[in-house]
Amino acid sequence: MLLIKNGRVLDPASKTDAALDVLLDGEKIAELAAPGKLSADHKNAQVFDAAGLIVAPGFIDLHAHLREPGQESSETIETGTRSAARGGFTAVCCMPNTKPVNDNASVTRFILDRANKACGVRVWPIGAASVGSKGEAIAEIAAMKEAGIVAVSDDGKPIATAKLTRQVMEYSRSLDIPVIEHSEDVSLAAGAVMREGVTSSRLGLRGMPAAAESVCVARDVQLVELTGARLHVAHLSAKASLEQVRWAKQRGLQVTCEVTPHHFTLIDEDVQYDSRYKMNPPLAAREDREALVAGLTDGAVDAIATDHAPHEPALKDVEFDKAPFGILGFETALVLSLEQLVHSGRLSLMRMVELFTTGPARVLGIERKLAAGQPADLTIFSTTHEWTYDVKQSPSKSRNSPFDARTFKGAPAATIVAGRIIYKM
Amino acid sequence: MTFRFRDLLALEPLTADELTFLLDQSKPFQAIQRNPLKKLATLRGKTVALAFFENSTRTRISFGTAASRLGADTMNLQAESSSVKKGESLLDTVHTLDAMKPDCLVMRHSASGAADFVARHLEIPVINAGDGTHEHPSQGLLDALTIRDRLGKIDNLNVTILGDLQHSRVARSNIHLLGKFGCRFTLCGPAMWVPRELEKIGAPGVSIRRVFKLEEAIEDADVILVLRVQTERMHEPSISNEDYVHGYQLNTERLRRAKPDALVLHPGPMNRGSEITPEVADGPQSCVLEQVTNGIAVRMALLYLLISGAPEDGSSEPPAVPKEEAQPQQNRRSTDKKDLSHASD
Repeated sequence: MLLIKNGRVLDPASKTDAALDVLLDGEKIAELAAPGKLSADHKNAQVFDAAGLIVAPGFIDLHAHLREPGQESSETIETGTRSAARGGFTAVCCMPNTKPVNDNASVTRFILDRANKACGVRVWPIGAASVGSKGEAIAEIAAMKEAGIVAVSDDGKPIATAKLTRQVMEYSRSLDIPVIEHSEDVSLAAGAVMREGVTSSRLGLRGMPAAAESVCVARDVQLVELTGARLHVAHLSAKASLEQVRWAKQRGLQVTCEVTPHHFTLIDEDVQYDSRYKMNPPLAAREDREALVAGLTDGAVDAIATDHAPHEPALKDVEFDKAPFGILGFETALVLSLEQLVHSGRLSLMRMVELFTTGPARVLGIERKLAAGQPADLTIFSTTHEWTYDVKQSPSKSRNSPFDARTFKGAPAATIVAGRIIYKM
Repeated sequence: MTFRFRDLLALEPLTADELTFLLDQSKPFQAIQRNPLKKLATLRGKTVALAFFENSTRTRISFGTAASRLGADTMNLQAESSSVKKGESLLDTVHTLDAMKPDCLVMRHSASGAADFVARHLEIPVINAGDGTHEHPSQGLLDALTIRDRLGKIDNLNVTILGDLQHSRVARSNIHLLGKFGCRFTLCGPAMWVPRELEKIGAPGVSIRRVFKLEEAIEDADVILVLRVQTERMHEPSISNEDYVHGYQLNTERLRRAKPDALVLHPGPMNRGSEITPEVADGPQSCVLEQVTNGIAVRMALLYLLISGAPEDGSSEPPAVPKEEAQPQQNRRSTDKKDLSHASD
């Protein structure tokens, strides 16, 4: 048994914001009660003093790359999940663009087997939508679902054609599984290494217009109208894309989206030939960032997701044009959210917690709440602790973070999965 | 006046005073080009590494000649015959060159920002001899020097740049230099090659407009800079040479629409009969050969400044033509440490 006492419990599902003690029994939550008022016998419980800390449901990351199997020099499920635990994540959805691609049940089972031997963060694999994510034939979605995938995606690129997207949507709808789309018109984005704009023109770097994303979102939203599927737009970065999502939501379509911390923190003007600022979708314009923050505030955006994309130093330490897309995300997600959204007064703490918990849970069609009988997955964090991020201290195998040496206010204090503390500050 | 940069990676960060300083520093070296004996001993014992990862004839020869006229030795790396072809990373290649202990690296590369990236990893000065579609600082300087010689000033001129603006590092360096002296720019070419963002790449207040009709674009021009159509950098469907000639070739008839004393510059290599006719290229308004000669002077000044260090006595006087007995200045590198945090990533 584990007793978490003196904390401030924030539970978006029940709209609870109160000083409560939480008693965990085995893998489940046993009871929540006012401080010192637990009815259950907890004399032998291990005690975690959460005084001054926030106690929230376990954070879920809808979008991460754990690189195993196939690219273990950049990350493994073991190192990636340890980094996730440090960032306060209790569950991580891993994208299928591994080598081999997670497009069949045996790869799914391999990933889950590795995850079981890792640090304890729950790993929820996302299966490929098409075989090898090549955009030709539909992957074995039914078998993968039985093996444990929570969604399908060809992330890294969009599902290649409108026709295949339609078919994947029809099939996924029948299997009650969401389709996660990396929205990009690859012809508009061909050769681009950043967002098109004054900065790309100044730097002489090839840019992709915002429309490279929004054209694909518009296509997919129309296909949701056609098929009735659940569509989740990954790492949405453009104002125009968000307007498509808003339109779909107003029509009652099951369309959701996520935004990454780097897209609501940085903009294209921050790019200076430093490959730690190179990711896809690329850092957007100032007005896009404003639109994303507005969407996070008013509910148009459903979740904050990291798009944790480790690349070993040798791969990133090259010309900007040659560097692969992607940056680390787990350990800076909560603190950037606090910095950019909460401390700045744009979002309530409750809304921010929702974007890490019930928001992503709804995308996956599951519950996330603090109540007796629920899985004992909790994220405990400080909103005041000051510290400086040193990427060299990260358990991740990679170092590609633009936030290295940034000072933050607030930090994950403990990550609890199935009643067990897997990370403690 | 001291030159505060260890490297010359771009003209954008330089102030008008710093640019004037560089142009003034080039003057004594212009005189040397007219001497029967052109070789100085200023950089005797120094070595300049010329690393051209992208094909180049004139810039490479110009830098090589500049180094040799300063008495320096050169080491040459050309992409076609190098380990680059065998898959070696840029960083490994320049670290290898660096281990041979040159005193300066002059590099050209097809990736924008490549010189910036390399400079973050090396202690020796790096001169950008053209990086992708970003900048070509020594070209911008030699163009300005040529204009200043002909017109007596570079302030408040109307400058028209013709051609493929999007892919032109020469255009960017010219805008960043001349824009600091109040010049107004007219960019003219097929619309796909003149994206609207270019109107905002200058420092605040720099006037840049796009005009798609050549006759209108050159009407008030004091300087017309003709760019080469860079087929090797095209990512988009190109337009045919015929269509380009039809709309944008600078010929005698069109040039008559400009002021009679408007200068015509071209960074070379020229495609005669394509972007420019032979009559215009060889006409009295053309500056193309002066540009080439001035290129050596500018590059001698840059090598001299970056290898020997700038005069640190605070005077704004350009130094006299460096004498054989002149003592090289203390290298400034130790006091100008750069952020090398990336190196340990």
